[in-house]
Amino acid sequence: MYKLAKEHTNDKRNNRDAYDDAMLDMMKVNDKIVHIDCDLAGCINATRIKKDFPERFFNAGIAEANAICVACGLSATGIIPFVHTFGVFASRRAFDQVFLSAGYGERPIHIIGSDPGITAAFNGATHMPLEDCGLYLNVPNAIIMDPCDYAQTYVLTKRSAETDSLTYMRLIRRSFKTIYEDGSDFEIGKGVLLKEGKDVTIIASGVMVYNAIKASELLKEEGIEAEVIDMHTWKPLDEELIIRSAGKTGAVVTAENHEVNTGLGSAIANVLAANCPVPQEFIGIHNRYGQVGSQDFLEKEYGMTVEDIADAARKAISRK
Amino acid sequence: MKNETLNRLKLLASEIRLETMKIIASKGNGHVGGSLSIADVLAVLYGEVMHYKPEDPDWKERDWLVLSKGHAGPAMYAALGIVGYYAKEDAYHLNEAGSDFPSHTDHSKTKGVDLTTGSLGQGISQAVGAALGNKMQRIDSHVFVICGDGECDEGQVWEAAQFAAHYHLDNLIGFVDNNGRQLDGTVEEVMSHGKGIGAKFDAFGWEVIDVKDGNDVKEILEAIHRAYEIKDKPTMIILNTVKGKGIDFAETSGEHSSTLNAEQWKVVIAEAERKYEALKEELS
Ligand SMILES: Cc1ncc(C[n+]2csc(CCOP(=O)(O)OP(=O)(O)O)c2C)c(N)n1
Repeated sequence: MYKLAKEHTNDKRNNRDAYDDAMLDMMKVNDKIVHIDCDLAGCINATRIKKDFPERFFNAGIAEANAICVACGLSATGIIPFVHTFGVFASRRAFDQVFLSAGYGERPIHIIGSDPGITAAFNGATHMPLEDCGLYLNVPNAIIMDPCDYAQTYVLTKRSAETDSLTYMRLIRRSFKTIYEDGSDFEIGKGVLLKEGKDVTIIASGVMVYNAIKASELLKEEGIEAEVIDMHTWKPLDEELIIRSAGKTGAVVTAENHEVNTGLGSAIANVLAANCPVPQEFIGIHNRYGQVGSQDFLEKEYGMTVEDIADAARKAISRK
Repeated sequence: MKNETLNRLKLLASEIRLETMKIIASKGNGHVGGSLSIADVLAVLYGEVMHYKPEDPDWKERDWLVLSKGHAGPAMYAALGIVGYYAKEDAYHLNEAGSDFPSHTDHSKTKGVDLTTGSLGQGISQAVGAALGNKMQRIDSHVFVICGDGECDEGQVWEAAQFAAHYHLDNLIGFVDNNGRQLDGTVEEVMSHGKGIGAKFDAFGWEVIDVKDGNDVKEILEAIHRAYEIKDKPTMIILNTVKGKGIDFAETSGEHSSTLNAEQWKVVIAEAERKYEALKEELS
């Protein structure tokens, strides 16, 4: 069960602490859980984990490929490892290791990629993962998550440890909008129907959930009733929810903080094409590299603002 | 060290060579050279050193072997079959559709294989993780890992090396199958190792033991006993071996992978059988 926050204001807490909180809560009761970092523990405040559980915190240094395989070896002995680095390195830098040693090798390790998409902001193109989930989508049976706020990050971290699969979770580092109240619960693979509507379905994840909600409010002023879905899990994708909603509204907008050609929009297009073809508009990065800039600037630059989503909704409806 | 033990291990190495040839012959082609060069270290590990239970492959207290040069899978399958993880004949289905014996060692397929390898460089990192996991859980065992000298071109090998030394993993014992050859030619031609692979591991904080004849079970066994005494750091044993050791055509050519026709395989298997029987006779 989840509870929407009354107001979607900025969280006073940094989102990264949701991961640390979940880890500390789990590590207190499960001595098999460890955190491995690649010289970026300070960036997600995982120094808290090091302080409380020094014997279960390992720095692998700036050597991501090794970190992934060490986690696989640990997992083979019954340990439950979480590995953190920036999303770009957790995907591109160590993909062969992820694919073969963890995926094909059937090792349920849990990989955290921080600074998803445009939230990398002033770290710029070299640190801006716009294709991380796209790579992971190729790994059979991997679980991919893009949580939107503190409450969801906390829960999905815990849910990861309960699975018997390789998981990849994006982690927003800084303070962001509160979507849900603390104590909300989420299930891997089950999208959240945030708002019912009949004219168009907006499916979003991560930082785009807030913009999707705002876009639905804008559309409401024009009498357009948009259904809003938070698709925090990209894989396995909640096909049932997508088909049900698209069948009802007859038009879909996908909004993701990622390259649209290999991301959530494409995955959803696959489901729609096979089950209930309806017009779809794609909000996200279109065949571009990242760049430096504030998150607001980048949202405008890549056409991911509230207005862009509303425009896309109008267009999708007009194509019915 | 008893002569009896050494003779038993020599014979086991010879049997591993014979079985390896039968396994590769079942497909017709495969990594003959790199499988043969590690037959002796496999004999020492499975015949004397390692603690394991074929009837309980996941036994917590077991010693582990990670074949980081996963393409030498047939030699490991031969050893596992001989010591009873399955019937030897089960492995005569190398790379057949649906086979439990793919050319590269695969944890999801083969009994007794702990970790999946094949992408060079990843096995040693996984072995490091397993050693760390066992140490954390206070399991008194060893993790052994076999790397190729060509494999040591991979940056990941050195990432793993620095990690293992940093975390003082003295329950990790590695071997480099220093047969001097990789796929495209000799290691000297393709990618040389500066002051040597041993010197590199030494610089990375490992204990390094050089075994002059890496195809001699006595020297290998002595090196492992020395490694057991090393505390606070991992040990790398450099085995100076011969690629294709023990089978005439492979030893002469030093080739990386071999394709023979059925007639040629018959001759090779007959040679391996003859050598095995002669050794048995000699040692009895
Ligand atoms: C990452 C990676 N690159 C390339 C290969 C293809 N490959 C398989 S074996 C081999 C040569 C290995 O040489 P070495 O490690 O010395 O093994 P050996 O000579 O003992 O068989 C290569 C290039 C691979 N398996 N993995």
